[in-house]
Parts: sequence; C-alpha cells; structure tokens
Amino acid sequence: MKVMDIKPPTPRQADSDGHSATFGQHPASPSHWIFMGMKDGGIDFAASVPCINLQELLTMVEADPEIRFVPVTREEEGVGICAGAFLGGLRPALLMQNSGLGNSINALASLDQLYGLPLLMIISHRGSSGEKISGQIPMGRLTAPLLDALGIPSWTPRPQQARSFVAHAAAAAWERGTLAAVLLDLDFWKGI
Amino acid sequence: MVAGQAVRQKALLVCNIGYPSRELYAVYDRPENFYMLGSMGLASSIGLGLALASGRRVFVIDGDGSVLMNLGTLATIAHHAPSGYLLIILDNCSYGSTGCQLTCTAQKTDLVQMARAAGVEEVGQAATSEELRRSLDRSGVLVVRVEPGNAEVPIIPLSPLQIRDRFTSCLPTRTG
Repeated sequence: MKVMDIKPPTPRQADSDGHSATFGQHPASPSHWIFMGMKDGGIDFAASVPCINLQELLTMVEADPEIRFVPVTREEEGVGICAGAFLGGLRPALLMQNSGLGNSINALASLDQLYGLPLLMIISHRGSSGEKISGQIPMGRLTAPLLDALGIPSWTPRPQQARSFVAHAAAAAWERGTLAAVLLDLDFWKGI
Repeated sequence: MVAGQAVRQKALLVCNIGYPSRELYAVYDRPENFYMLGSMGLASSIGLGLALASGRRVFVIDGDGSVLMNLGTLATIAHHAPSGYLLIILDNCSYGSTGCQLTCTAQKTDLVQMARAAGVEEVGQAATSEELRRSLDRSGVLVVRVEPGNAEVPIIPLSPLQIRDRFTSCLPTRTG
C-alpha cells in the first residue's frame, strides 16, 4: 500500500531561509537538523526511549525549556503519554529506535488512529544498510512494511534535508490528525 | 464515588477499556470523561501525559490486569507525575472484562508494594467506601481492593471521535 500522498518538501539549502548552518562555531550535526525541524514543527512535548544514535538529540531536547521531556520505559507507554499530552493541548513527538515501533503497534492503531490523535515519530532506523548487529536486522527489514501496513506516511531525509522534512512531517500530522514518521538510517548519522 | 469526586474536584477522568468505561458511562457520563476503547494498559500513561500537558487535576481509573501489562508506568509516574495526578487502580484480582481469569494480584503480587518500590511517594490503599472517600484528595497511586463482577451495561454509544471532541472541548483552545 502506498500511502504517502504528501510530497516531501524540496530540500533547501542550509542557509536559504536565513538560518545559519552552524551552531556557534561548530558545524551543524545531523542531530541539530532534526532538533531544528522539531522546533519549526512546534513540538513542545517529547517522550523517548533511547538509542545510541539519538543520544545527542535527546540531550538537546532535554535541555530545551520549551519542550516538556519525559523519558519512558517502553515505546508503547510513550504512545499513551503522547496521546494524553495532545489531548491536554501540546504537540508531542516520540523519539525511539525502530525496535520500539514493533512495541507500539497496538497503541498506534487502537489509540492514536482510532481517536485521530496526531503524533510525530522520530525513529532511529537500525538494521538499515551497514548494520553490524545481527539482532537489528529483522526489525530493520520490517520497519517500512509495518509503517505501510499501518498507513503511516514516512520520510527518510539526508542530514541537510532533515530540518524541513521533520517540520513538514509534523505539519502533516497536526493538519490531518494522523501519525507521521521520520526514519533516520545509519548513513544519516554518519552525515551521508 | 470516584466520578462524583471528579466532578467536585473539576478533574479530568481517563477510564480503562472494557466494563470500567461502560459502567462509568452508564452511571456518570460527562464530557470530561475519556473512555478508552482500545490500547489496553495505557490508561495511566494517557492520564499522565494529560496531567503534564494540561496542568489539571486528573483521575485515572485503571485495573490490576492493565497495570500489570504496563508496569513501567509506575516508575515513570514516580519520576514525572505532577501533584494533580491520581492513578486509581481497582484491583479485583482478575481480568474482569474477559471472563474474570485471575491475575497475579490474586496470589503473590502486591501493587501497593510495587508502586512504592517504583518510587511513587504517595501510595494509598482502600478496601472500604469510607477509605476510598478519604483517599480521593490525594495524588500518586491508590490501590482499591474490589470484588470482581460487572454490571449489565451496554456498549458506549459514542464514536471515538465524539469522545475525543467532547473531551478536548472541556480544555482551553490549543494555541498554534
């Protein structure tokens, strides 16, 4: 099933909209682009289960006074907390590894989709090309088919596209009251 | 009694899937009630996100089987729940909506001790109506021992979107 009828935004140059491609004296990292996309998308609530590739992003989110940050014990729990946060008036994001997508299927379907509750999912896609850990391969392979089966649109940006793709995915979720996923594969974290 | 207190305290009320929601709808429906129709185990989590986002008084009516399905919630509540949050676990030692199969609380498992061990500072328990009445001003986790059994009540006639829209209409208009 092909559900992505929203066209990905045209990738923009790092500084085409007046934003600097650097943060202080340091070049922007892949995590910075995601974070800026979350800010552009109005995210003010985040739940997370860690992944090694998300660690820099999680530190940024936790340090932001405008984002209420709740580390959770399991991704499905995070889906519930984010649903409550949306009902309470905030714009939630769930940050997790793709293994957690498998832990969340029932809640995504019978809570978020049933009630029309939007959620932006920022997903570290392990088991993608270059994966060295065999245990990550099965869910790595199943991630895109699971999202398709659930009818969840997804975007897989390169680092310089991440800011606009994340903001776009968030806007799509809020406008339609649906789920939206941004998949960040292993190359993404290498800056490729 | 919980519903009555929710009204008096102007509390939002998240209610667990199955007979608890059906019974609540039958005895005390109000727009501030969020009835769960799926996602078993997540009542406490939905209520927690709601309390954090809204700053409102929030009651959650949950069950022993559902809390056992999402035990990590007790640790998250311990670390993040605001003072307005109260998780009320109706412990009937059974999966009441599916034929009253026993849960582990029927034998060795003690949810009061588990909540304390998870780090929840305020953990209450009630076994009588009077104890329950006195406990509903608290925050944290409240474990209420109840008998198994369901009332003969119909399925809630509201659609999920109606439940959502009624509920969010009770909250200030979202910004942005």
